[in-house]
Amino acid sequence: MNAQAPASRDPRLNRPEPFTPPLGDGGFFQRDRSVHPPAYAPGYKSSVLRSPRQALLSIENSVSEITGPVFGHNDLGPLDNDLIRNYAKDGDPVGERIIVHGRVLDETGRGVPNTLVEFWQANAGGRYRHRKDTYLAPVDPNFGGCGRALTDDTGYYYFRTVKPGPYPWRNFVNSWRPAHIHFSVFGSGFAQRLITQMYFEGDPLIPVCPILTTIPDKDALDRLVAPLDLNASTPFDSLAYRFDIVLRGQRSTYFENRTAGN
Amino acid sequence: MPQPLDYLKETASQTAGPYVHIGLIPAMAGFDIFEKNFSNVLVTPNTQGERITLEGKVIDGSGSPLRDVLLEIWQANAAGRYNHPADRSAGALEEDFRGWGRGGSDFESGVVTFVTIKPGGIADKSGRKCAPHVNVWIVARGINIGLNTRLYFSDEEAANAADPVLNLVEPAVRRKTLIATRSERAGKVVYSFTINLQGPDETVFFDV
Ligand SMILES: [Fe+2]
Repeated sequence: MNAQAPASRDPRLNRPEPFTPPLGDGGFFQRDRSVHPPAYAPGYKSSVLRSPRQALLSIENSVSEITGPVFGHNDLGPLDNDLIRNYAKDGDPVGERIIVHGRVLDETGRGVPNTLVEFWQANAGGRYRHRKDTYLAPVDPNFGGCGRALTDDTGYYYFRTVKPGPYPWRNFVNSWRPAHIHFSVFGSGFAQRLITQMYFEGDPLIPVCPILTTIPDKDALDRLVAPLDLNASTPFDSLAYRFDIVLRGQRSTYFENRTAGN
Repeated sequence: MPQPLDYLKETASQTAGPYVHIGLIPAMAGFDIFEKNFSNVLVTPNTQGERITLEGKVIDGSGSPLRDVLLEIWQANAAGRYNHPADRSAGALEEDFRGWGRGGSDFESGVVTFVTIKPGGIADKSGRKCAPHVNVWIVARGINIGLNTRLYFSDEEAANAADPVLNLVEPAVRRKTLIATRSERAGKVVYSFTINLQGPDETVFFDV
């Protein structure tokens, strides 16, 4: 060091970058793993051989994580959110007609716009249209069991289907899944990618499901249960269930950054 | 009492289950329903860059391949640019290269493939160059929350040695679990990878 140099401030205080607002760098909030099931959950036997045992390596979000695939209406067909009609061959599928609707939000409560939501389910008898499903309940010739929707500007989505049935599966000898619909959601960045399942209010199989009870947090489990939403039901046609989905929050959105930069 | 912080909580993850194909790749479940389908082919004839095939398996704790796993990949184009508005780097954007694909493993062999291009290197937020890589997300029956990892390329030794994420991996011997191996087969470039869920060669998974 040059002894002649004037005494200067601590160099750590000479920030090379302007100080930015605390919610301003575009990274996602650190994932709170306490609301998720652990990888290893022996009551759900399939997880035993399929759960990593090393600690996950935490990395700060780079452009690889805050970006993700963008989808548009061109990716979808007109019947994609209508499971009553999108595989109908010679009539409607058997089962209770229901509407499922809700919003995709982030942890700050903002709607996540224009994001792809995909869903799949068993038919009213609990049978999947899948080459590997051998349950004795019959396949419904008029029901495919999958669909997808793009959220609107406020994060809202909706679709129409029949209520899926419960089904048995090999875990314990007498394990049954509560009625459920599988959901896949993207968000704006690949680090928000999420797959989950929606359950139905009042289902007595919920508290004994070995998959659902992998979630250690009771409130987190309850948030997967959709309430009956009579206000959104269509009289003489369909009951409705409401299911909001929350993705990780982000320290400001790229839309805001863009506006500021333009 | 201080003011409450009114953040919402993230929705809990649940396994994709054994029938994930129905929702995400229905052709593999055994039926045709959508007019337009997503796939494991990311390229069109117009896509710039070196054509490559990514080919690999996901292995469980008994050494057996998962035959019901679904992988998604997310990557930059050959110029190192992600097709997303939050990437404002200088590389040229290609409108018809989304940079994303999904593929299911073969029900017999467990092999998953993607047909894509080799991505360019990208710059992180502080401007440091990152080695070319593909981001991978893994879901299946028995996987309670999607697993995030990356694939780097075996012929990028210098870039890999300087990559800020690879350099975070300790002990260093585990870095090799993130490297896909280049070979040529019938004139095509193939990068082979193995994702081990457990065991002495357990792949590095990230909390992103
Ligand atoms: Fe299911």
